[in-house]
Amino acid sequence: MNGLQVRGLKKHFILGGGFLGGKTSRVRAVENMSFDVPEGASVGLVGESGCGKSTVSRAVLRLVEPDEGTVTFNGTDVRAASPAQMRKLRQKMQFIFQDPYSSLNTRRTIRQTLEEPLKVHRMGSPAERRERVEAILPEVGLPQEALDRYPHEFSGGQRQRIGIARALVLEPELVVADEPVSALDVSVQAQILRLLDDLRQRRTLSFLFVSHDLGVIRHFCDVTCVMYLGHLIEYGPTEEILDDPAHPYTMLLRESSPVPDPTSRIANAKMTGEIPSPANPPTGCPFHTRCPRATPECKEVMPKMKEIAPGRQVACHLY
Amino acid sequence: MTAMPAPPPARKQSALLATLNRNRLSWVGIGMLAVIFAVAIFAPLLSPHDPLQQNILHRLEPPSAEFWLGTDSYGRDVLSRLFHGARISLTIGFLAVLVAMIVGSTLGVLAGYIGGIFDQVVMGIVDVMLSFPTLLLGLMVAAMLGASLENLIIAIAITETAPFVRVARAPTIAMKRQDFVEAGRALGFSPGRIMGVHILPNILSDIVVVASLWMASAIRTEASLSFIGLGVSPPTPTWGGMIREGFENILSAWWLVVFPSLAILLTVLALNILGDALRDAIDPKLRGEE
Amino acid sequence: MTPVLDIKGLTTEFRVKNGWHAAVRGIDLSVNANETLAVVGESGSGKSVTALSTLRLLPQTGARISRGEVGFGGRDLTKLSEREMSRIRGNDIAMIFQEPMTSLNPTMTVGDQIAEGLLIHRGMSRTEAAKEARRLLDEVRVPDPARRVNDYPHQFSGGMRQRAMIAIALACRPKLLLADEPTTALDVTVQAQVLSLLDDLKRDRGMAIVFITHNLGVVAQIADRVAVMYAGEIVETATCDTLFADPVHPYTEALLKAMPRVDRKAESLEPIPGSVPSISARPAGCVYAPRCNYVQPSCAAHPSLVPVGGNHEARCPVRADKGEAA
Repeated sequence: MNGLQVRGLKKHFILGGGFLGGKTSRVRAVENMSFDVPEGASVGLVGESGCGKSTVSRAVLRLVEPDEGTVTFNGTDVRAASPAQMRKLRQKMQFIFQDPYSSLNTRRTIRQTLEEPLKVHRMGSPAERRERVEAILPEVGLPQEALDRYPHEFSGGQRQRIGIARALVLEPELVVADEPVSALDVSVQAQILRLLDDLRQRRTLSFLFVSHDLGVIRHFCDVTCVMYLGHLIEYGPTEEILDDPAHPYTMLLRESSPVPDPTSRIANAKMTGEIPSPANPPTGCPFHTRCPRATPECKEVMPKMKEIAPGRQVACHLY
Repeated sequence: MTAMPAPPPARKQSALLATLNRNRLSWVGIGMLAVIFAVAIFAPLLSPHDPLQQNILHRLEPPSAEFWLGTDSYGRDVLSRLFHGARISLTIGFLAVLVAMIVGSTLGVLAGYIGGIFDQVVMGIVDVMLSFPTLLLGLMVAAMLGASLENLIIAIAITETAPFVRVARAPTIAMKRQDFVEAGRALGFSPGRIMGVHILPNILSDIVVVASLWMASAIRTEASLSFIGLGVSPPTPTWGGMIREGFENILSAWWLVVFPSLAILLTVLALNILGDALRDAIDPKLRGEE
Repeated sequence: MTPVLDIKGLTTEFRVKNGWHAAVRGIDLSVNANETLAVVGESGSGKSVTALSTLRLLPQTGARISRGEVGFGGRDLTKLSEREMSRIRGNDIAMIFQEPMTSLNPTMTVGDQIAEGLLIHRGMSRTEAAKEARRLLDEVRVPDPARRVNDYPHQFSGGMRQRAMIAIALACRPKLLLADEPTTALDVTVQAQVLSLLDDLKRDRGMAIVFITHNLGVVAQIADRVAVMYAGEIVETATCDTLFADPVHPYTEALLKAMPRVDRKAESLEPIPGSVPSISARPAGCVYAPRCNYVQPSCAAHPSLVPVGGNHEARCPVRADKGEAA
């Protein structure tokens, strides 16, 4: 089976401790996450800080090692892969970072940055590598002169294009993008989103796309996973989720997202608290502390994912 | 704040020169070092006398037209011994620091990148080593190995490895959190490549600055060990050894102690100035942005 | 009604490679009591420089206010001495920033930090100031203020810290609040709460607020009036409703189309080509002309801000003519 399947993914971080012991705390970053990224699809992971979306994106590529669960890509068990298999898998699964400044090594030219992955994976002769690097620049909208320059000579948007080129140079099938446009200005953000859209169609890429911005998610993702405190709480086609959210948290998120239209101002934002710390999550449904419709049951039992319509699932006792 | 425009393409070399130019003092340090190194290299040509030639007739003579810096208790020319001593002192300082830098920064980068138990063990040893005074540690090692040029270099290198581990480890940990290092992992680069190609060049400036400062310290340690008698065996001239020999006659022949001391002082000063200048020149936070 | 803040022809310059370049050029802004003026623009638009110039918080070297006046309480702030200025800062004019963690002192309790301004500017006694600090925390809706007043900033969540910042800013009952991207670092659900809090505070206290942001969605939530900035100039200003319903300047229109909206289908997204010119490379004529879809030969001359109806002004002769014709 092609594409990415994630089942029961779990990751806890232990903070503190050390040589002489000391107090440790367990941050429950991701609890029991399951989702698919079918071939050619773009799946969004959305949620607020501390919801575990970044950890999921990194665990999929084993940039952080998951504690439990399985990650399967094109039928290969990613977590069980040997170092040699992992190197092969890395060609097929690539990552785009949020910060266009720290994601590039400032001491290496763009050419060095783009050629290095090809060299490491022993792809092509030097001439072929050169050709491939030169061919990718126009694809991400950069001029050939960019090749022999250093990252500090480029703007944030241009750097993000370089980061995208680096991810694409190995010709991956799946791209995991962690907030790839969040650090950019609105006008540049739209340029990068459109670029990713073009690339996705031209190269039939699949995307796992992490963002906190529902507007960006709506624009880019066919399917969306809404996360809260490490849990997947709603899953379904993006437009359905945003136009008719089922989970009370998704509703809150949707209502809180500002819309550039003064006639639809957020009506009532006064009664909701803040996200609890993932180091000390509530029992039962993680959202019950802020949920206007919480029942005694919500405090005790974590609801299971239920199908409420074809392709739509929600983890809430109301359904 | 407003995002400033990207500066025009500039060669790294010229940026370094520009920063050095901004600070006149750095040129004084570089000039002093150049003179000291030139003296060391051309010592046989520059020396007016043979540094080992004893002459009973000219014992303990004060500075004069023939012996510019006077003579010692064997009648040897102090100036010539100072020139030749520069060779030994600088060689020891340079090689000791080079060994300490290579071993120390390798361990530091490994400890910082690998982390976990390895890091804790390495840093535990480093802390123990740092808790010894440099001289005491050097003294122990030199006493164990015996007095010779090679052993002196090893002894000083061992005393100075620990600071390099620290200096390399801290920025490695900072670099490890940078996205480009994670990008390297996502692209399937080996840990060796990530450390060698992506982390090391970015922290090299920190290491080089420290190296120039510790070379000054190495020269001091050499002088101290030679002064105690654990350095290079006589009659080979070293600055520390000269001070030790002159010490016996310090009241009657001041020039025997003062000139080698001055040589050490100036070299250490020059290296410290250079170290500071290099830090300013290499630090990208201080460079380029107007 | 006289405006609380009245900026006229403000030009602030920065030194770049031995030359002075205007980061903001000829800015006219005014805010009334009980009014929120949103200043919206991308990075490099000069929106933050405008706020920093108002409070004279620019770097000592390499920056200067070269022209214009900042009218506040019948005085021109650009002419005041540093001493008179420090009496106004934090007292009559307060400012809140994007990152509440770095703006708070980690070694002082939140209560002490709120009380500090009251002790300095209002000459209150310690007990009075402590009581007032509790009341302010309650006013910014920090739950259990009597207990939280003794907490340190690290014990507060991100949203609570921003509320604490607001409490510090409000302590001396400022007439004007300058808010520089105050919700950008916050999660959207918390952002919504802080925006609604600021709106209530404005109404309750009759305060004037200058709200600086890059986010048009946030502007629509909070603003009464909007000034759109681009490359150091105000390119359009209007009431909030007018601006969103009927944007005149091509940049405003383009920004609205470039923003991915949560309530619209994806196809509506249209990027603006190119990027904001750097402050040392601004075009001589209309600063937006190189990226504009409606560019005409007349755009080579530098346009001025002209009325296009009501309280609506735009710096675009091409579109302004059309607006009048229609």
